[in-house]
Amino acid sequence: MGTAYLDHASTTPMLPEALEAMTAQLGQVGNASSLHATGRRTRRVVEESRETIASALGARPSEVVFTAGGTEADNLAIKGLFWARKRPRVLVSAVEHHAALDPAHWLAENHGATAELLEVDEHGRVHPDTLRAAIERDPEGVALVSVMWANNEVGTVQPIKALAAIAHEYGIPFHTDAVQAVAQLPVSFAESGVDAMTVSGHKVGGPIGVGALLLARGVDPVPVLHGGGQERDVRSGTLDAPAIAGFAAAVRAAVDRRADTAERLSILRDDLICRVRKAVPDVIVNGHPTERLPGNAHFSFPGCEGDALLMLLDARGVECSTGSACSAGVAQPSHVLLAMGQDGARARGSLRFSLGHTSTVADVERVAEVIGMVVERARRAGLTSVSGG
Amino acid sequence: MLAAMSGGVDSAVAAARIAEAGHDVTGIHLALSSNPQSYRTGARGCCTLEDSRDARRAADVIGIPFYVWDMAERFHHDVVEDFVNEYAAGRTPNPCLRCNEKIKFEAVLDRALALGFDAVATGHHARLSDGVLRRSVDEGKDQSYVLGVLTRKQLAHAIFPLGDSTKAEVRAEAARRGLAVADKPDSHDVCFIADGDTRAFLSERLGASEGPIVDALTGQVVGSHEGAFGFTIGQRKGLHIDRPAGDGRPRYVLSIEPVSNTVTVGPRTSLEVRGIVGERPVWNGPVPEPYEPIRCTVQLRAHGEVYGCRAQLSGDLLHIELDTPATGVAPGQGAVLYDGETVIGSATIASAV
Repeated sequence: MGTAYLDHASTTPMLPEALEAMTAQLGQVGNASSLHATGRRTRRVVEESRETIASALGARPSEVVFTAGGTEADNLAIKGLFWARKRPRVLVSAVEHHAALDPAHWLAENHGATAELLEVDEHGRVHPDTLRAAIERDPEGVALVSVMWANNEVGTVQPIKALAAIAHEYGIPFHTDAVQAVAQLPVSFAESGVDAMTVSGHKVGGPIGVGALLLARGVDPVPVLHGGGQERDVRSGTLDAPAIAGFAAAVRAAVDRRADTAERLSILRDDLICRVRKAVPDVIVNGHPTERLPGNAHFSFPGCEGDALLMLLDARGVECSTGSACSAGVAQPSHVLLAMGQDGARARGSLRFSLGHTSTVADVERVAEVIGMVVERARRAGLTSVSGG
Repeated sequence: MLAAMSGGVDSAVAAARIAEAGHDVTGIHLALSSNPQSYRTGARGCCTLEDSRDARRAADVIGIPFYVWDMAERFHHDVVEDFVNEYAAGRTPNPCLRCNEKIKFEAVLDRALALGFDAVATGHHARLSDGVLRRSVDEGKDQSYVLGVLTRKQLAHAIFPLGDSTKAEVRAEAARRGLAVADKPDSHDVCFIADGDTRAFLSERLGASEGPIVDALTGQVVGSHEGAFGFTIGQRKGLHIDRPAGDGRPRYVLSIEPVSNTVTVGPRTSLEVRGIVGERPVWNGPVPEPYEPIRCTVQLRAHGEVYGCRAQLSGDLLHIELDTPATGVAPGQGAVLYDGETVIGSATIASAV
């Protein structure tokens, strides 16, 4: 039995180009900061990678700061800009990934910040008016605004350009976590107007453990990691040349093929939604009807527990996600769905299917085959756990 | 089949055995606390993140899928609150028994059956074949007592793969199978009381309130306590009575009266009972319901002594007449009836005379 891997938003297989570029470097020695020939060779790999990523994402090479992944880039942007700006208000959307939400809350608990959550509508969108109203309460007090480009759970795309423009009217730096957007949506750092943007390697077909924070000129967060002063003195640590090479190759290839991939995925995704609806007529599709990631389908199955659905699908070779997990492995109702105004029961009965570059029609067919029976069983189990209490 | 995996050695070997026997096995760990502790405190418990990790690693080694099931709300309601309420009512509950009855073989089993599983396997030391529950071959580790509350229907969907093995054999097998939990210490005490201090746990929830300790023979107040819930029938230690008894003999807790918050103490002979009334009887063995008295044996607490007795069901009550007097019989504990090694029924002790 093959496996229908429909969890590309959590991580997607490496692209052949990335695998090749990375493995070519893994056998090489070299610290990009060394001054000798070996060091220079390694530095060249890093700088070429930096240029590749910059050109694929509409940025200057000097604006690319390599990190060990998306979480680190989000932490650097939010903590670093808060410390650099010395103002209390941190405005983040209510549907951010924990990598952005938790730094904001941590700053509030430990460093005198006020973390203010920007409300979203039923589709998970932050309205420009919401941001303006929030800033207006005390424009001088705002350290930064952070709103993700596209949501990792429900796939909703935010009006980033409009939001960044509003922040700029007040001279406030704007950060966006674009880890889900790159490779699925057209993403240009310069054109979007954002000041800081998080990108992750393994979400675009590169290796896990590498990412970047794109930082516009003149945007200088206080470092989170102190040390050798690499990466504009903003992010110390020996550069991981093999991972960076793989990351760059993945970004290049994914961005080059983006339009075709997005079209193919949105057709597959719509087919998936149709078939699930047919098998489970009362299913609810979450997220924005049109402004959404092409590879994302997010459902609520009334009367079901998401973890029961996931387990039953897993046993039948369909791999998906309940959207949020905690360290103990106990699913909590998603803060994203709750922010969208859903009740706890509906939020708990939700599943995310995320398609990516290796997804095929056979994957969709596998879901269609089993989803009806799986939902029926989960519903029976859901009812027993309610009546037994 | 579903294998409930606590993170301990027993449930790991139980899961491994049924998987090896060719069953399609899925491992689950029950998250019983919504705020699991990060590190094991001492060796107790099945509620820590470390236990969850141990269970997951065992499932990896066995090669079965593994999930965490969140049973925290049910556990809190059916076991923890029940535990506190029972103490508040002057009884002495057995939470393990309650957990088997309400969580493992009710909430988990119901969910498992609805999801399409046939049975739930656990690492309890007891034998079960054709729906008949018997003591483990390892007398010291036998857990048939805490399973005695299960109904025939519950037993029909239960599997205890360890009943024919001693604990030492289970540990040796775990080591042979490469399970890292082979040397993990046994869990003791009440899993949801991390530091093992039941009295502190209860007074935090029920509030300390001073009450008298009364001598049953003289009727005099001989001491005071911080809450009647802190005592168990038959308890001798920790009474802190200032005055010696008239007869110079040690005194024991005879009764607990929650409304007046009074603890009555007296000599050991006053603890002796011969007649026990049990409520919520369960008849789950291969013997027909005894509407006429039958001869059998009874166990009155976990790892407790076994007494010869006559038992009879009448209405919703089970009447037990012991051949020899028992001491320290506490309302709230289970009375489990045996025919030799075979469990035939059980009830919750309501009163004893």
